Amino acid sequence: MDHPVQTDFLRWIVLLPLIGAAVNGVLGAVLQKRMGKWAISLLACAPVLISFLLSLQAFLNLLALRPENRFLIDRLYPWLSLGSLKVDVAFWVDPLSAVMILVVTGIGGLIHIYSTGYMHEDKSYWRYFAFLNLFTFAMLVLVTGDSLLLMFVGWEGVGLCSYALIGFWYHDHVNTRAGNKAFIVNRVGDFGFVLGIFLIFWSLDKQGHGTMTFREIQQFASLLEGQQVWGIGVVTLATLFLFVGATGKSAQIPLHVWLPDAMQGPTPVSALIHAATMVTAGVYMVARLHFLYSAAPETLLVVAGVGIATALFSATVALTQTDIKRVLAYSTVSQLGYMFLGAGVGAYGAAIFHLMTHAFFKACLFLGSGSVIHAMSGEQDMRKMGGLRQKLPYTFWTFAIAVLAIAGTPLTAGFFSKDEILWQAFSSAHGSPLFWVLGVAGAGMTAFYMFRQFFLVFFGQCRADHHTQEHLHESPSSMTLPLVLLAIGSIAAGWIGLPAVFGGSRFAEWLEPVFGAHHEAHASATLEEILMAASVGVAALGFYLAYLMYYKGKLAPERFSSLAGGLFYRLFHNKYYIDEIYQVVFVGGTLLLARIGAWIDRYIIDFIVDGSAKTTAFISWFNGLFDNHVVDWLVNKIADTTFEAGDRFRKVQTGNINGYLYVILGAVLIAMIIKLRYWS
Amino acid sequence: MAIGLTHYLVLGAILFSLGLYSVLTRRNAIAILMGVELILNGANINYVAFSHFSTGGLDGQIYAIFVIMLAAAEAAIGLAIVLAIFQIFHTIDVGAVETLKE
Amino acid sequence: MELATVVFYLIAAVTVGSAAMVAFSRNIIYSAFSLLGTFAGVAGIYVFLGADFVAGVQVLIYVGGILVLVLFAVMLTHRITDVQITNRAVGRLPALVVVGILLFLLVQSIRETPWRKAKEILYAPTTAQIGDLFLQSYLLPFELASLVLLAALIGAVLISRKELKE
Repeated sequence: MDHPVQTDFLRWIVLLPLIGAAVNGVLGAVLQKRMGKWAISLLACAPVLISFLLSLQAFLNLLALRPENRFLIDRLYPWLSLGSLKVDVAFWVDPLSAVMILVVTGIGGLIHIYSTGYMHEDKSYWRYFAFLNLFTFAMLVLVTGDSLLLMFVGWEGVGLCSYALIGFWYHDHVNTRAGNKAFIVNRVGDFGFVLGIFLIFWSLDKQGHGTMTFREIQQFASLLEGQQVWGIGVVTLATLFLFVGATGKSAQIPLHVWLPDAMQGPTPVSALIHAATMVTAGVYMVARLHFLYSAAPETLLVVAGVGIATALFSATVALTQTDIKRVLAYSTVSQLGYMFLGAGVGAYGAAIFHLMTHAFFKACLFLGSGSVIHAMSGEQDMRKMGGLRQKLPYTFWTFAIAVLAIAGTPLTAGFFSKDEILWQAFSSAHGSPLFWVLGVAGAGMTAFYMFRQFFLVFFGQCRADHHTQEHLHESPSSMTLPLVLLAIGSIAAGWIGLPAVFGGSRFAEWLEPVFGAHHEAHASATLEEILMAASVGVAALGFYLAYLMYYKGKLAPERFSSLAGGLFYRLFHNKYYIDEIYQVVFVGGTLLLARIGAWIDRYIIDFIVDGSAKTTAFISWFNGLFDNHVVDWLVNKIADTTFEAGDRFRKVQTGNINGYLYVILGAVLIAMIIKLRYWS
Repeated sequence: MAIGLTHYLVLGAILFSLGLYSVLTRRNAIAILMGVELILNGANINYVAFSHFSTGGLDGQIYAIFVIMLAAAEAAIGLAIVLAIFQIFHTIDVGAVETLKE
Repeated sequence: MELATVVFYLIAAVTVGSAAMVAFSRNIIYSAFSLLGTFAGVAGIYVFLGADFVAGVQVLIYVGGILVLVLFAVMLTHRITDVQITNRAVGRLPALVVVGILLFLLVQSIRETPWRKAKEILYAPTTAQIGDLFLQSYLLPFELASLVLLAALIGAVLISRKELKE
């Protein structure tokens, strides 16, 4: 680890998408008009695909090194040097970020290709791709930046691009509102993130090792132990602050509200940003700083608690949603919860593994739903779909595979990764059986709502109106090809991380240099198999319920939705009223504050002003009385004089600024002359 | 005679006076703003000169930087107003813009 | 005379000369361009006073920013093809008299006042110290200035844009 290998091509992995974004952003409108959309597509897709190839090269380079030396760095130039703060613009690739750049450029590249089909009719084709490339750039900075500050640059960058892409169709007010919401909610998290960075730097600086690079933080992390701020350990506080940032970006409770609304953007954007890449930034950050999190057991408990709570919470919400993309959105939030559960019990490798497999099948699901929406002429309500199996064969089969994967069907990617997390939640030192039980319950719900969606969309009678039915068509090959590739990934991606009982995980081995040796749990392999079987059983139960309700129609969903007087159903369907609560508490609170200010202004300040005015009025009335009766003639005299004087003075008040200036100057001159003459 | 504080102060005073003259005589709003810039420069020379010769600290320079910052803000706003006036009245002669005066 | 003294008088002459152009020129374009000489001259004066950072800021903001703004404003508000780009001046004589008296009095008081002398006159790089001061003693004014600039930015955009007529 002491002699990082300077590898010059790493910068191109990051910079190529930026170049694509710059060219498309500056020249896009002209290019589109002169040369057509293919030029834009080429300019947008080529950099990402080349980045992907370079990432593969980086991966192979890493593979050639000995495990403890797997570390490439590309220092571009020193960025800041302020006192003890020294930050380079440097990109690094270690096993962890290698996984991330492969996911970002690989899945990102597929989504770029898909978008060329999906967005083909859009007028602002070039603008879309400029932002998509810019987003890829920002995400790559986030995962390859070698310091917290550079990570923060990417962190903000993805937030900005997310805002721009959610509100892409800005003519509709709903979309811009959703963009604003995502941006503002993320800002709350980013504030925590910044505080975390400050705290880490500040407390390391106190020890004489002010640094921001991850490797040096890791090196000096032991210095932080024992330091306290406000009676709380620095490590605990800093990791908590950083986790606030993670909850914002990765849509965990309580900052999850932006993600479902973010579905207002174009569907490939939902797939890229809100499923495969940006939302995983929080998980990545926690994994990146695993040495700090592991040193703060309290934070780990919070992370795991928030993770499992989010997983369950959004799974219940997803049960009742009817919008095809909203189900997927809540499912994403739920799966992110699983990742945080994994990270929170110290199984960072498992979290990253689930991140990767999830990227495959969730991207596949989103793109599949995009294909459905495309075919349905923009309809997103699942109640108006059905029977699309024959009409959209590619979409159907790929969607089926992805649903199987997310539901955790054995031998698919989702099975291995989710089971790894559940097993770690049960057996690791930070885990507990409670986490396992809740996690399995969530997995059962996942299976139920995913199959519910699957049956509603693809089976039964088509419930769309006549016009839409006539226009049903399979998507072009630019859209189906990525679907097929992603579906293959949804299965194959799991096999690199087989659980211990099936021969051990190559994936865990790969990440070992980053996270340290894998702590083999003490529980026996038999127990692992039993637990695995149990979770598969629960998932199968979820599938069976969905099958009965939405395929066979034997079991009326109302029997469940009317439980407890429909209380639960309403709660789930309205997302626990969290948006409404935030509206009342935060938005309403701000308005209330403004109203209090206005009230003070109107009643208290105005009272004082009015009061003095009335007093003056009274005095003048009294004065007038006195004048009228006592010194009448004098009054007339004064009035006449005043009028005459006013008439003369009026000429002074010319509105001519020069005149005023001369008066001021004259006064100054006289004052100066007096001063110089008589006081010096 | 070696160059001392007095020289700088006199230089500042000259700039100030020229700026004042501009403000007093010009009718063109932009020219008046230019005069204001001259006045600010004259004042800034004083700040920096005092900081150099009299106090020995850097506080005078800091004030000069603040003045420059505010001058930038003033120039931006002032010229924006001038442009707005030009769009409405098609002139920027301050004598011609007198709608506020009854 | 020492070389430094000569250079000082040279810079001072440039500064005052171009400032006089600004004040007296009949053509506003000449005035605007003369402003360049003044700003650059003042920057030179700052260098003489050991204020390297302020000199840099002066060049960056005045020459690079404000001057360009002024030129833009001049170009945007005058038909550049006109030969006579007037810069009307009125009331020259009274102004000259008043300003003359003021200048005389100022110089008088500058000469007569016994100014405090610093213990030692330093010529050291100031940038690092100014940076420290901004982030320590002058943090609040510094942040306020950033707010002022932001407000000015928004204000300038808001005022100068054409009203969108729906």
